Amino acid sequence: MQPAGTEIASRTSAVINEFVGLEGPLLPILHGLQEEFGFVPDESLPVIAKALNISNAEVHGVVTFYHDYRRHPAGRHVLKVCQAEACQSMGSDAVAARIKQLLGIGFHETTKDGSVTLEPIYCLGLCACAPAAMLDGEVIGRLDDDKLEEIAAEVRL
Amino acid sequence: MSVTIYVPCDSGALALGAEKVAKAIESEIAARGIDARIVRNGSRGLYWLEPMVEVETADGRVAYGPVAANDVASLFDAGLVSGGSHRLSLGKTEDIPFLAKQTRLTFARVGITDPLSLDDYKSHGGLRGLEKAVAAAPADIVKTVTDSGLRGRGGAGFPTGIKWNTVLQAVADRKYILCNADEGDSGTFADRMIMEGDPFVLIEGMAIAGIATGATKGFVYIRSEYPHAIATMTRAVEIARKRGVLGVNVLGSPNAFDIEIRSGAGAYVCGEETSLMNSLEGKRGVVRAKPPLPAIQGLFGKPTVINNVISLASVPIIMDRGAEFYRDFGMGRSRGTIPIQIAGNVKHGGLFEAAFGLSLGEIVDDIGGGTATGRPVKAVQVGGPLGAYFPRKLFDTPFDYEAFAAKDGLVGHAGIVVFDDTADMLKQARFAMEFCAIESCGKCTPCRIGSTRGVETIDKIAAGIEPEKNLALVTDLCNTMKFGSLCALGGFTPYPVMSSINHFPDDFKPAATAVAAE
Repeated sequence: MQPAGTEIASRTSAVINEFVGLEGPLLPILHGLQEEFGFVPDESLPVIAKALNISNAEVHGVVTFYHDYRRHPAGRHVLKVCQAEACQSMGSDAVAARIKQLLGIGFHETTKDGSVTLEPIYCLGLCACAPAAMLDGEVIGRLDDDKLEEIAAEVRL
Repeated sequence: MSVTIYVPCDSGALALGAEKVAKAIESEIAARGIDARIVRNGSRGLYWLEPMVEVETADGRVAYGPVAANDVASLFDAGLVSGGSHRLSLGKTEDIPFLAKQTRLTFARVGITDPLSLDDYKSHGGLRGLEKAVAAAPADIVKTVTDSGLRGRGGAGFPTGIKWNTVLQAVADRKYILCNADEGDSGTFADRMIMEGDPFVLIEGMAIAGIATGATKGFVYIRSEYPHAIATMTRAVEIARKRGVLGVNVLGSPNAFDIEIRSGAGAYVCGEETSLMNSLEGKRGVVRAKPPLPAIQGLFGKPTVINNVISLASVPIIMDRGAEFYRDFGMGRSRGTIPIQIAGNVKHGGLFEAAFGLSLGEIVDDIGGGTATGRPVKAVQVGGPLGAYFPRKLFDTPFDYEAFAAKDGLVGHAGIVVFDDTADMLKQARFAMEFCAIESCGKCTPCRIGSTRGVETIDKIAAGIEPEKNLALVTDLCNTMKFGSLCALGGFTPYPVMSSINHFPDDFKPAATAVAAE
């Protein structure tokens, strides 16, 4: 359930206060909001615009430019599967197909039970232990069918 | 006597189970009542052997790998603590051929020391460059870096000293040192290894850059895909501040310099320097037209040194050992060493630091040991998603900025991705265009629209629709992108596309695609 409007505004202000003293505070604020809410709520944007004295359009432009910022809550787990060249050379296409099949969802989708969101990612710097993925910030290398099944079982718990 | 056991905390090792191995070792130590301590070091860069556990013995360090958690009990049974023999024994670490053949200057300490121990750093030669810098005139530091021949290791290969000199000459109330740690190229992980394995060398390099150019503030912009690097750098900066390496009096000198760590937000284009500056300022990561050069009008409009992690991390040893020492390595106009990252479908993947000049064939066949699948090598992509695909017939190309440019390729950030003969080069060319379309910042037309049209046109070739006409169209489109784009994203995407077309024409023929589609 999403928090009520006024609660979002006050929690947004608290995050802004933490970072507003930095040079170029907008990205740190957005990271902070994502940490706080799990996504960047629409109601936060005018609060940021006012605090930084920039337009709503500018804030919207920044939020939508970067792949990291979510506009909606993700699943309880987030699985990012690398699809860049080094992983391609080690069969990341097959890895993606297998995990989509195991979870019953495609990229940029969340399972109906809200357990996991699946996303492509372009390089985790694990190119010498490809194919690679990241589950909730934990890195996993040399993916094979066993590891994928293990991941699929773990995220469903 | 207490025994020291090393278990890497590098992301690559963690991805292969190093955390479980460390826990298992910890419980064996406790259960057996052994007087031993575990140090979480960086990775030596031999990723096919990770997690690689090392033990300090009277003869030096001895290695075992790849170690799984369920190997740990048998390792202790075999006398791990005294370097006992086991089926995972690799002998003395320094004697492993992959390591013994390297020239480790920038990576001298990575995998050896505890990344967050400043005392370890100092006892392995750390801070000697900065000590010399605080006693030197800024112009002399810049001269040393210029004379060393160091060129930007991010990919562009611009002489670092010349960039620094422009910032030194610029007059402003505030200047910045900006470290580009947005290492987004697939096949590269050298920046990550430095930040996770020897963060103080980057801090030292940035502090030297600050003193040399009159900048007092530094930023490290690290991609968000590297959470471990962000965490290690953040802790290292705190330690450096506490110990007086950073702050109002760097090493007790009148020079002030401090560093802040910033996280990217998942945009590949932010590895482009002007886009990175916009991002750090809190804007969309859109590329800026040059001029003005960042060295004159960079971050927040102030003169800014923007350098890659490896460029900055190479500065301390140059200051410590002198310009001649560094310049004596290498070939032609490519001086010093380059950390080559061998990745993808390769038997011995990892980091290999060597003087410029090795041939591509030596790197792939001799050092890398060929493919992991055991099939023949078909193509090697050098320099990330914007780098050319090299066929075997170009394997005599020496690793050197100019030699690669002469073959219509680029050294880039020195990542090498190996593909076996199952690779479909039309698919790889299509991916290059698709990736450019996903990541384009949208500022210039050739990149924004050209990449999408490129995907569509390659799809037509794959479908057998007027293949010759469409191949000519892709070639023409690549020409427009190469010469009409504002930055390297649109400008270099033609490298993987055209090299695929030129070196692997069979993959673009209708018959081949028809067979592949069956």
